[in-house]
Amino acid sequence: MQKQPDGRTPELKKCRVLGPMASIFTSANTGSFRIERPVVDYDKCIKCGICARNCPGNIIEIKKEQKECVEIDYYYCKGCGICANECPQKAIAMVRERGEH
Amino acid sequence: MYELHSASKGLVSHGVTTCAGCALELIFRNVLDVLGEDTIIVIPPGCSAIFSGYGKETAIKIPGIQGTLESTAAAISGIKRGLLAQGNTHTTVLGFAGDGATLDIGLQSLSGMVERNENVVYVCYDNEAYMNTGIQGCSSTPLWASTTTTPSGKPTPSKELVRILAAHNIPYAATASVAYLTDLRRKVKKAKETEGAAVLHVQTPCPTGWRFDPAKTIELARAAVETGFWILYEFENGKFIINKKLKSFKPIEAYIKGQGRFKHLTAEEIEKLQAAVQQSYERFVNSCNAGQ
Repeated sequence: MQKQPDGRTPELKKCRVLGPMASIFTSANTGSFRIERPVVDYDKCIKCGICARNCPGNIIEIKKEQKECVEIDYYYCKGCGICANECPQKAIAMVRERGEH
Repeated sequence: MYELHSASKGLVSHGVTTCAGCALELIFRNVLDVLGEDTIIVIPPGCSAIFSGYGKETAIKIPGIQGTLESTAAAISGIKRGLLAQGNTHTTVLGFAGDGATLDIGLQSLSGMVERNENVVYVCYDNEAYMNTGIQGCSSTPLWASTTTTPSGKPTPSKELVRILAAHNIPYAATASVAYLTDLRRKVKKAKETEGAAVLHVQTPCPTGWRFDPAKTIELARAAVETGFWILYEFENGKFIINKKLKSFKPIEAYIKGQGRFKHLTAEEIEKLQAAVQQSYERFVNSCNAGQ
């Protein structure tokens, strides 16, 4: 390993970390993968949280106090449909996207 | 330590470019969630290298390096020894490798690591072929599964990692499945707490390589366990413990019918496969009973 000459944050210098190493935590707009979007039927939803637990992207949040209790982050949702397939109430439908996301 | 360019709930970024429906992503999140922040990770080339990132960018908030395919176990052994030399006994060192990097290319270094009984955690996510390079068959590809190098089906069954490691008298080894996340998390916790080497072998359905609908990832993983295709068991203190004993076998069609890699099988071959799966399950249960 060689010493990373510059661009090290003060924290990296403090830890005497030798480069090269990744130091930027980032994410991609994986929502652009999506062909179908999950849409929740809140009348059927029992707020069990199985969709959130099985979501590979960890982007579903259950807000029990709200009527619209399932919050899906569409910026990251790849539209794989695992949430819809695993829902015990079949309360999630996969709806085809029409160009926008 | 990191420049955070995006927010995330856990230690792993949300926008990771694994395929839609990838079971690896779910396994990776759960493993890191249980092991926590005080972990150093070594990832060899493979699908999981997506998490270690490209250039200066990474998708995980913990320190890690991308090692070589054949030496993941050697790398984590070295890091652990280095930490111990510094007096650090609290940091977990994790190797996170695919089936090719574990069962084919990295088997010698893994065998050495277990023989030396290094105090590390090693997770093998098994998607049953070299998915990252174009679905080439490997030694964990199951019997008659089609891959790009075995287009008419692999003629031999797969290796069993945990039983290979049991022959090394490993302190803790277990198989797990993405459909049983509570069981998986419990095993990761146990692996972390084990004094000495701990290895997990996790079945990872791959929608791209197995050619199935991404929505069915968890469903197929569950069917694999219920049909007896994937056995959930642990090896601890020299004994095998079966975590999910089957009273009756689900027909093998429940597992293979949605998968393109088994599409070429005739009705007769499916029957033979069913018999082979049941036979290997029963043989395993009998060998466990005999050993106890």
